[in-house]
Amino acid sequence: MDKDLHLAHHISRRFNAELEELRSDVLAMGGLVEKQLADGLVALTTSDTEIAEQVATSDYKVNSMEVAIDEKCNQILARRQPAASDLRLVVTIIKTITDLERIGDEAEKLGQLAVQITDANVSYSQFVEIRHLGDHVKSMLHDCLDAFARMDVADAMRTIEADKKINEEFESIMRQLITRMMEDPREIKNALRVSWCARALERIGDHSSNICEYIVYLVEGKNIRHISDVKLSQEMA
Amino acid sequence: MVETDINMRTELMESTQVQSVDRSDTKVADMKQQVNATIGEPFAKDPKMQARQVNVYYGNKQAIFNVSLDLGKNEVVALIGPSGCGKSTFLRCMNRMNDTIPICRVEGNITLDSEDIYADAMDPVLLRARVGMVFQKPNPFPKSIYDNVAYGARLHGLAFNKAELDEIVITSLQKAGLFDEVKDRLHEPGTGLSGGQQQRLCIARTIAVSPEVILMDEPASALDPIATAIIEELIDELRQNYTIAIVTHSMQQAARVSQRTAYFHLGKLVEIGETNQIFTNPKHELTENYITGRFG
Repeated sequence: MDKDLHLAHHISRRFNAELEELRSDVLAMGGLVEKQLADGLVALTTSDTEIAEQVATSDYKVNSMEVAIDEKCNQILARRQPAASDLRLVVTIIKTITDLERIGDEAEKLGQLAVQITDANVSYSQFVEIRHLGDHVKSMLHDCLDAFARMDVADAMRTIEADKKINEEFESIMRQLITRMMEDPREIKNALRVSWCARALERIGDHSSNICEYIVYLVEGKNIRHISDVKLSQEMA
Repeated sequence: MVETDINMRTELMESTQVQSVDRSDTKVADMKQQVNATIGEPFAKDPKMQARQVNVYYGNKQAIFNVSLDLGKNEVVALIGPSGCGKSTFLRCMNRMNDTIPICRVEGNITLDSEDIYADAMDPVLLRARVGMVFQKPNPFPKSIYDNVAYGARLHGLAFNKAELDEIVITSLQKAGLFDEVKDRLHEPGTGLSGGQQQRLCIARTIAVSPEVILMDEPASALDPIATAIIEELIDELRQNYTIAIVTHSMQQAARVSQRTAYFHLGKLVEIGETNQIFTNPKHELTENYITGRFG
């Protein structure tokens, strides 16, 4: 850790408690989103419609957590007027929960697609690749949430790097699906469904990567979004 | 599995906290030793006043340690820091207000437009006309509103007749945003005004002698939020024509009105920087602790 945030060092103990609560709320929300993703992947790869339905109908929990945390952030901004690292923490959390909520949406999509794919009785060799991609995305989200809990910039940077691999994997799955569609046009409908699954997973990677960028901002005060790799290595040097 | 993940992370978080407590002690100790060097850029591109290696002593006690700082033209510099950190003392050096304290000794060099203000040739009375000051508690003279504003102009012989004096009083009151409220009672006592109005009267009195620099020592700390907002708005307007240094205990006020912020701690200038940077990403741990309300 490059810079300690000392969340519990405020003169106001109430403020310490509020910030701690906020941080553990985000981790709880992250845990829930992680579970949604894990269940979505299980549903997809085992054709378990019950779990699929459950994932598809549980997204409201993630949404209501987002609203609740958002509300707490607003209250802190209004009542405490945080500055410096406290301000960065609250801003980071506001942005992080948006990405977590979007990850929840993508997981929900996986659940819905799992129902459709199971109903259509598709059995694809692509599921091997999807499972592989899914495992990568799952561990990326896991690392991202760990980096958040630890406020660890090095971990966050490694996780951002991992997103590149996920993008490559996604491209390769897409190429295979396109080949399959060209070979047999009757497969297009199902191949598209599988591609949407891959797309959802790839998006989860992007959102995790965003969260890691917020962590860097939180700890270092540096904004590393939307910059080239060269500039990034200069910034972080 | 996910449940345990959350528990694990909470533990992780707690262990991080414990670690940081350990680390902070050593870090703060390190930092305290390092305060000798100011973090940030204390010099302005277009300086109006320059302070170099200023040391101030009250008897044997040193109140300011080797502070160098510029006040740039048309900028508002906020001086912040805990009570007793020397920010007011430093401000008072800028127009030799400390001359009135017999045991106070000022070392170093302070210039106004490259002119040494502590030189023998410098008349402190004339200096204070060029570098005006507004205090924490409004201190109107027990005279009429008109005479309060006219006082300095008369003293310095800035007006040759009644019409010119009227002109100075009216424009000063207008610049201070007070004229409309008092135009019908210019000859009533200034002490009869509200706190916020009295403070604006003091600002008008300061402006009346056409100063180049205005020093403000917690000008709004005795005022309600509306009066404070009016004073802050006024500071922003005055910036067009004057150089302003303001000492304040209100972080929000420093953040709102200033372009640069200087953080003082135990008589040392710890950090100076763009106000935006100081309030979002201060470099020094002591600055961070102060503006976020942490104990260091």
